[in-house]
Amino acid sequence: MSDTASNSNALRNPDGALGHFVYVLKSNPVTLLAFSMFVLLIAVALFGPALAPYDPLTSNASNALQPPSLQHWFGTDNLGRDVLSRVIIATRLDLAISVAAVAISFVIGSLLGSVAGYWGGWLDAVLNRFFDTIMAFPLFVLAMGIVAALGNTVENIVYATAVINIPFYARLVRAEVNIRRESGFALAAKLSGNSDVRVLALHIFPNALPPMMVQVSLNLGWAILNAAGLSFIGLGVRPPTAEWGIMVAEGANFIISGEWWLAFFPGLALMFAVFTFNLLGDGLRDIVDSRQRS
Amino acid sequence: MSLLSVENLQVSFKTRRGEVQAVRGVSVDVAKGEIVGIVGESGSGKSVTSYALMRLLDRGGAITGGSLTYGGIDLKSAKESAMRDLRGREISMVFQNPRSALNPIRKVGHQIEDVLCRHARATRSTAKAEAIKALKAVRIRDAEARYEAYPFELSGGMCQRIVIALALACDPRLLIADEPTTGLDITTQKVVMDLIADLIAERDMSALVITHDLGLAAQYCSRIVVMKDGEVVEEGDADQVFTAPKHEYTRKLVDATPRAGVSVRELLLPYLRSPMPRLPISETPLMEVKNLCKTYQGKSGPVYAVKDISFSIRKGQSVGLVGESGCGKSTTSSMLVRLLDPTSGELIFNGEDLARTPAKSFARDPRRSAIQMVFQDATDSFNPRHTARQSIGEPLARLSGLRRAQRRARIEELASLVGLPLLLLDRFPHQLSGGQKARVGIARAIALDPEFLILDEPTAALDVSIQAIVLNLLVDLRAKLGISYLFVSHDLHVVRLLCDEVIVMKDGEVVEQGPADLVMDKPSHSYTRELLSAAPRPPVLTALKSAAAE
Amino acid sequence: MTKRLATIGMRVTQAIPVILGVVVVSFLLTRALPGDPAVYFAGPAADEASIAEIRAALGLDKSLPHQFLIYASDILRGDLGQSLSTGQPVVSDLANRLPASLELTLTALFLSCTIAIPLGVLAATHPGSAIDHFCRILVTAGVSLPTFFTGIVLIYVFYYLLGFAPSPLGRIDFVYIEPDHVTGFYLIDAALAGDWETWIGALKQLILPAITLALFTLAPLARMTRASMLTALSSDYIRTARAAGLTENKVLFAYAFRNALLPVITTLGMVFSFTLGANVLVEKVFAWPGIGSYAVEALVVSDYAAVQGFVLAMALLFVALNLIIDLSYTLIDPRIGFESK
Repeated sequence: MSDTASNSNALRNPDGALGHFVYVLKSNPVTLLAFSMFVLLIAVALFGPALAPYDPLTSNASNALQPPSLQHWFGTDNLGRDVLSRVIIATRLDLAISVAAVAISFVIGSLLGSVAGYWGGWLDAVLNRFFDTIMAFPLFVLAMGIVAALGNTVENIVYATAVINIPFYARLVRAEVNIRRESGFALAAKLSGNSDVRVLALHIFPNALPPMMVQVSLNLGWAILNAAGLSFIGLGVRPPTAEWGIMVAEGANFIISGEWWLAFFPGLALMFAVFTFNLLGDGLRDIVDSRQRS
Repeated sequence: MSLLSVENLQVSFKTRRGEVQAVRGVSVDVAKGEIVGIVGESGSGKSVTSYALMRLLDRGGAITGGSLTYGGIDLKSAKESAMRDLRGREISMVFQNPRSALNPIRKVGHQIEDVLCRHARATRSTAKAEAIKALKAVRIRDAEARYEAYPFELSGGMCQRIVIALALACDPRLLIADEPTTGLDITTQKVVMDLIADLIAERDMSALVITHDLGLAAQYCSRIVVMKDGEVVEEGDADQVFTAPKHEYTRKLVDATPRAGVSVRELLLPYLRSPMPRLPISETPLMEVKNLCKTYQGKSGPVYAVKDISFSIRKGQSVGLVGESGCGKSTTSSMLVRLLDPTSGELIFNGEDLARTPAKSFARDPRRSAIQMVFQDATDSFNPRHTARQSIGEPLARLSGLRRAQRRARIEELASLVGLPLLLLDRFPHQLSGGQKARVGIARAIALDPEFLILDEPTAALDVSIQAIVLNLLVDLRAKLGISYLFVSHDLHVVRLLCDEVIVMKDGEVVEQGPADLVMDKPSHSYTRELLSAAPRPPVLTALKSAAAE
Repeated sequence: MTKRLATIGMRVTQAIPVILGVVVVSFLLTRALPGDPAVYFAGPAADEASIAEIRAALGLDKSLPHQFLIYASDILRGDLGQSLSTGQPVVSDLANRLPASLELTLTALFLSCTIAIPLGVLAATHPGSAIDHFCRILVTAGVSLPTFFTGIVLIYVFYYLLGFAPSPLGRIDFVYIEPDHVTGFYLIDAALAGDWETWIGALKQLILPAITLALFTLAPLARMTRASMLTALSSDYIRTARAAGLTENKVLFAYAFRNALLPVITTLGMVFSFTLGANVLVEKVFAWPGIGSYAVEALVVSDYAAVQGFVLAMALLFVALNLIIDLSYTLIDPRIGFESK
């Protein structure tokens, strides 16, 4: 309604949300770094095909297993493909898998968690049991089981990763909604003539968003690790598709003979991505926390 | 020769926004056998002063100047190891919120033993007996059984006794009590303060009592130091400070303290006192509560939160609902404001039984706008993502049918009605002070011109001087708008200032009800008498009266 | 004390519905196979007769609840089907390989606890110091490390470049003789046999995969220890203890640390979950003959009975570990079992 008004207000007011954001970025160079790394990652994912110097799938047997050089910054693999190009191209796929998985679990988890946290009762009890059951599996192992059962495709990796993440979101939202259910502002909203659904959707849920965003950021990193781990053991992504996990798996065979660059660079890219999301999550947590403190 | 001497104490904290001077040149002396009170509102630096004495400042805090001497020892430059020997043996401390002041996963007896053994008051073999002795010293019955208890198994008052036992276990000569009654029920407050006073007298100790409550300080302390913004504004005998305050701030505090025999206007400084408005009360009942019950299904059988209570509120009347925590007053007010369904009973509002409409669908009921509420915790009652304008505008947008421009005008009208500067309307809750938030809360509650307003301890979290202003605002609004109030509070003195009738609740039942003056001056039920005697009585009234008579 | 025993009994019975849920989910996973599950379980080389045999064994012509009963009673009898690749019952395959996985996992957890908890405590007691910064960097970097990648880097550095570590193939080098089977843990069995040469050999093989796994679990543990220690140190009862003149050691260990341990123990559950998952990857990297690499090998040849058996076994193991965590929590925290009061 008056969102625009409060936004422009925030710009003028140094204590406003945006002012605070700028303040945190300024005072915390690590968070600034995290945001820059995030932007870089997104740019590579979007413009990957234009940035890659070679075709990621063209093999060239005469040029196989070349160490890093000026022509091939990250060297070439056993089929003579350019590792740098493959690492760049893989960014989009890896990010897409994790973003899709996290989006699915965010939506489903928020819905289930809000309902369970606000109304409680038997629904809460049933959902709790359900999440207990999911969490009773070591999560990566459950994801393995799901992909093995549903079939070895990229979509199923997304679904499996989403399923194992849902309990985290649902539990978090449930807790956040539950502590605010009886809060003064929720009651005041009811007195103002808001129905339960409106109170939940417009007053309580938006206040649960900041901790959710922290969780999303940390989760993205974890989802990437998870997807890469699955393809490392041969699930989901199939060769010759460029994907970080599978590239590390292929490169692992050459480590013992000293061709380190095959596995090292995709692994480094993977680490960079996960590190970015974790750093970003920590930064967001600082913003969220200090806002609650002040 | 004083036991403790503080001279020109300066304490500052390093914060995000630079260094903040919390204490600016405070001087206090405590003589042997004397109880000195430090009184001040929040942010006055009174607690920081006491932590500085113990050298227990939070991280980032440092003593930047002045001197601290205890029995000839320089506390400011003493080594940390020397301080550790002093703490608990020479100087002890009692804290607010006793429940969290004890280690939650250690038996209370063992916590006392830790202190005894630390200061060589007991050996391994004698520790248990000594700890039980310390528990008995604070008049804990069945001390052997309590020794085995964990803090979560004990009541707040009992926890505070344990904290006192812990503090006094090694016979210190000075006790610092930092808001020792905050977080306790009013009857427990008196028991705890009496205990502290007795023990100090018995052992010929000295004490420094830190409190925001002038009445309490006046009753228990011989000398009082008044602090404001990190500085001492006045110091003197308890009686003198109250009867003849020299500083205007002290005057303001004394005046603002609710007490028997004054009107709500007299809480304000003389030049702010406008004449008391006329408050007409009609004979027509507005809200009739008949045989109201609320029963919860607990794990071990049903819990009777409200047991068959009946009362009525007339149009224009203000009724006080008084009781300690757990007495059922909050449950009652939730049912009256239609956020909670009663188990049985009627709520006749303007002749119609509201209890027939379930609380769930009452949000859409046309009578929703007639019954509104002002919430207790001003911070918690605002959506942190909404500005004051949005908060006040919410009921208007949902229920008034006003257009946008009309709403805007109405919000500004309401703001000026409650005395909120229009500039503040675009601020978020965390950018407003406690008093400002209270005003926003009231503006929101009266936005829809309700007939009936439930005030749930609206001033409980406020400093006394702000409380005085808010109470007067409520009186003015009642006169202007003709609203009926149900004023829920634990503080009988505040209720008397604002209400025509009083209902006293205990354990879900009404124990006494009647005209405010009658209930307060001639209470018929023993519980009401207990509540009344528990409230600290400042010497102000008698002194002021005799001064007036002269 | 009887109350405490009742609480412990409660906790144990609470595990039963969880186990039931686990069995239901793993049953559903076997039935989620697209097409005819019997074809999958029989394997690519099966003929009509063997497919029909498997179909009858799985009860695929019966109703779903009936199939579940068959499945559940098979599990109760310890029958998880035949592995296509090894030709052995899945249960005996898993039982043979479980000690290897447990030895690796427990060593890694022990390693990470002994490093992470003191590190977290030091960081919390010296905020803003070098050790605090080190802890923060380690924590953020640690959770970003893909286990399989760390393993490969460690192999490259310590095996290929430095030559400290033996070749990353299995639990013990062929020059040593496997110790007699007592517990299945080579370090323990070798020690029992007094064969220290083999003990050293087994340790050499174990150390790299254990470090890999430990690095992964280090971060969440250190982060939680630091955070909960900070919370404990800023709480009111610590101030009370300080005001009573208790020594810094007493305040830190008897008061703050014991309270801080509670959230850390809760985190251990999550850490176990991660560890058991990461275990699969580490086993593959180091060709460690545990149940994880067994499952990976089974996945490659579409050996479904083996994969599902592995998932179920891991889940049951995790439930058991969680139960142990819950029980130890109950022993430390007197408030457990009284919440409803």
